[in-house]
Amino acid sequence: EKAIRELSGVILSRGPKLCNFVDWKGHKVVYKRYASLYFCICIDEEDNELEALEVIHHFVEILDRYFGSVCELDLIFNFHKAYYILDELLIAGELQESSKRTIAKLISAQDNLVEVAKEEASSLSNIIAQATK
Amino acid sequence: MALSGMRGLSVFISDVRNCQNKEQERLRVDKELGNVRTRFKNEKGLSPYEKKKYVWKMLYIYMLGYDVDFGHMEAVSLISAPKYPEKQVGYIVTACLLNENHDFLRLAINTVRNDIIGRNETFQCLALTLVGNIGGREFAESLAADVQKLLISSSCRPLVRKKAALCLLRLYRKNPDVVNVDGWADRMAQLLDERDLGVLTSSMSLLVALVSNNHEAYWSCLPKCVKTLERLARNQDIPQEYTYYGIPSPWLQVKTMRALQYFPTVEDPNTRRSLFEVLQRILMGTDVVKNVNKNNASHAVLFEALALVMHLDAEKEMMSQCVALLGKFIAVREPNIRYLGLENMTRMLMVTDVQDIIKRHQAQIITSLKDPDISIRRRALDLLYGMCDVSNAKDIVEELLQYLSSADFAMREELSLKAAILAEKFAPDLSWYVDVILQLIDKAGDFVSDDIWFRVVQFVTNNEDLQSYAAAKAREYLNKPAIHETMVKVSAYILGEYGHLLARRPGYSPKELFTIIHEKHPTVSTSTIPILLSSYAKILMHTQPPEPELQNQIWTIFNKYESCIDVEIQQRAAEYFALSRKGASLMDILAEMPKFPERQSALIRKAEDAEVDTAEQSAIKLRAQQQMSTALVVTDQRPPNGMPAQPSIGPLSLVKVPSETVDSQNPGDQGLTHPNGVVYKEDPQPPSQDIIGDLLGTLSIEGPPGAVAQSPQSATYEAEGAPSAADAAALVPVGEESGSVQPIGNINERFYALCLKDSGVLYEDPNIQIGIKAEWRAHQGRLVLFLGNKNTASLGSVQALILPPTHLKMELSLVPETIPPRAQVQCPLEVMNLRPSRDVAVLDFSYKFGPTMVNVKLRLPAVLNKFLQPITVSPEEFFPQWRSLSGPPLKLQEVVRGVRPLPLPEMANLFNTYRLTVCPGLVSVIPCVSDRFMNLLNMFLLVEVELTGVPLSLV
Repeated sequence: EKAIRELSGVILSRGPKLCNFVDWKGHKVVYKRYASLYFCICIDEEDNELEALEVIHHFVEILDRYFGSVCELDLIFNFHKAYYILDELLIAGELQESSKRTIAKLISAQDNLVEVAKEEASSLSNIIAQATK
Repeated sequence: MALSGMRGLSVFISDVRNCQNKEQERLRVDKELGNVRTRFKNEKGLSPYEKKKYVWKMLYIYMLGYDVDFGHMEAVSLISAPKYPEKQVGYIVTACLLNENHDFLRLAINTVRNDIIGRNETFQCLALTLVGNIGGREFAESLAADVQKLLISSSCRPLVRKKAALCLLRLYRKNPDVVNVDGWADRMAQLLDERDLGVLTSSMSLLVALVSNNHEAYWSCLPKCVKTLERLARNQDIPQEYTYYGIPSPWLQVKTMRALQYFPTVEDPNTRRSLFEVLQRILMGTDVVKNVNKNNASHAVLFEALALVMHLDAEKEMMSQCVALLGKFIAVREPNIRYLGLENMTRMLMVTDVQDIIKRHQAQIITSLKDPDISIRRRALDLLYGMCDVSNAKDIVEELLQYLSSADFAMREELSLKAAILAEKFAPDLSWYVDVILQLIDKAGDFVSDDIWFRVVQFVTNNEDLQSYAAAKAREYLNKPAIHETMVKVSAYILGEYGHLLARRPGYSPKELFTIIHEKHPTVSTSTIPILLSSYAKILMHTQPPEPELQNQIWTIFNKYESCIDVEIQQRAAEYFALSRKGASLMDILAEMPKFPERQSALIRKAEDAEVDTAEQSAIKLRAQQQMSTALVVTDQRPPNGMPAQPSIGPLSLVKVPSETVDSQNPGDQGLTHPNGVVYKEDPQPPSQDIIGDLLGTLSIEGPPGAVAQSPQSATYEAEGAPSAADAAALVPVGEESGSVQPIGNINERFYALCLKDSGVLYEDPNIQIGIKAEWRAHQGRLVLFLGNKNTASLGSVQALILPPTHLKMELSLVPETIPPRAQVQCPLEVMNLRPSRDVAVLDFSYKFGPTMVNVKLRLPAVLNKFLQPITVSPEEFFPQWRSLSGPPLKLQEVVRGVRPLPLPEMANLFNTYRLTVCPGLVSVIPCVSDRFMNLLNMFLLVEVELTGVPLSLV
């Protein structure tokens, strides 16, 4: 939390047309701005900065594909979806899958599972409801 | 996209977003937390859906930055739910809310393990993700073997195996001693044959971690990495979905090259040849294109290839190709590439001998020092520092000095340290070195640590040809109206020692030297006074024949300080006074300043100890080091007493105090041995008093960082800088505001209230609230200004100037130019009172909200009474003192009438808020205070209040 507050100070004060990297407490923070939203990744000094930068963009493209031209509100109201997607993209801070198609498939499979469970639940409650009539 | 039926959550999120200010938001959140808490308490009635909803709400609240200290149990318990939707929520929320050390995680280990070894693929994925993100030691102990099995299992689908690979990576990184990877080399080699690029990407990350620990075991993987790289670089057999802007998985390429960098060399000639072919292809085949993402991705690969080439120490030809590329990069428009170009050039310096080729780009690198982007400026500074040697030191250091005056505060500290180190390391001649350091102190005195000026003194002392040059330089700087305190120290020291060498030049007579040094006297802090006193004593000693007028002036000063509360100063004053009255015999008890033995610079040693890379780091390290630094080591070896080695050039000037005049328990003596004990005591004579020794010793104990370099990002407004301007400004009508923004509450009342208490609101209007919190200690104070933006829009052009009256020295840390929406910034303000005065400091504060510029001038509650310190005296002590005072201005009696009667405790309270204490036991109420302003003014403020007409309820 404190980190986020400190970082916002550092990053928000940077103008456009500067590079996407800032030094921060012995690490580097790679950030990218999309409209009014900033995505940040903290990496080690020796890590490849551009690689991390494109991980951000890759994530955003996947979000975009899932939500259909994603906007800030999508992410605020569906923050849990963003977490699901992030978990398919990164684990332990490392990229696990770079194929957008694979990720999209996995996420929709998950969505289906949830839907199926919901239908089951509602049909169950229907049965109960009818039985108790 | 609507939340699948979770209306309560959406409503809550909208509510929070509709809050007008932080306070409303907090109320709404607190209400929700209360609600969730009660719902969780009677858990029986919760449906799985409700449980899910509340857990999501908790996570949302947590994301907003509030503490969520309950409900963890509920989140963890969802993990063991039988159905996917609940389980999924449980896993994700747990991974977000808890960290690896949380106790509740232990409760989940069994469930997680069952999910991992169970048959349900989706459950396996959830469990592996959780462990991969927050798995700690206990998870490693109980799960590592299972995860390893999954990774190499032939029956598992790729989606499970890639997660297993990264999960294992996490467990291994965190606890390499727990995860057994014996015999994994073969398995890793097999994994590198994997067709699925997702699994291959994850496995490559795992390989990087494994080889970084022990490359010996994994030689068999090396050729496979090269094959993978070849396949990617030539785009052979790469599915379309694994290309990113037409580039075959740039991430996998980068990771593969990263893994290769952990092998010391590539021995097999065939493998080596194919690797270099690929690298050559990458180096030559990467063009700058319009699409940003494609450009970034291809350059990510390119920079990794550069790193690999450097690591492999390729032929000179390929190396110069790399430098040429980097040279091109540091001049392009795209800032990321510029940044990386500079960074990689610095890395290149460390591994190979290409300095000469890099030096050709020096001009361009110096230009980058003025880049609009601080990240790039930092890299340029690192590079310049790294490439500096005897041949270009003069150019580079002078560039750094020039840049210092315009550099931002965030970089000054690092910049001045680096300049000082380079100047010392590569100085072509010593007078240049002296010039550089003096300029450094002049331009960035706050960031020049004691070590730096001690070192100059060492050099000057050890090099006779330098002495008169340094004295002349010091004299020049003293002519400036406002100079940094460190400059006062070093100039006073040098002029005291060597000023007499120039006595024949106009402006260098002892009297003139004394006057110009003494002019700075009112502005300095306690740590500098001893140096000034020594300097005066030396000037006096060098004045032959004595000038009675000068003598009297200096004696008056010594006299005054004989009653100083600072023991160090008091003792010096007393000793110098006694010594200088001995007239000609003064010479007999003076010994020359010995040369310092050659030793490694404390500064360079420091730099070697800790490579300074970022300003923040260096700031922290530096401070830590300053506390334990050996500063200067002082020798005690002394030439025969009273026998100056070269009387012809005048006695060199170490004042030796004969042992009989001083008490051997002098605190200065402790100063000698204090710093880490690196003191050579070659002279066994017991009560040895080395004035320089205790001079420096004192400094290393009490000297600044505290007083001078408190905050590295501070703007100094020293009262002496522009006394007239400050005075005038202090008279500006207070509380006058411009624009249409009206203050809330009465500014004057707020000020008076703050005069009596130490925290509260100083100013408020619809956009901003300025709060103050203060702490006072003797003549010093520390205030923190809290600037709180009340709006949902940023406040711009924020400026805070302190207009201090002459008696206050104030330092305000840097105030950010913009205050983000609903954010609060804290700006510490250091205050030091130089002498009692009733003038009040003014804060000139302005900001811009939309088009409106708001400017207010606010009085700061750093008023006289804040610097008072109450003491208790008995009537026996009090009355004689009171009676001995004759009258105004020392003793004032005033009868105030028409005061509402007050009971005694209330009266005492009132006085307490003024930092006056009421001494019990006196017949009338007699509050007494001692007011210790600096060291020179040690005065009592005695107040006797006779209460007339007030009903006294005295015991």
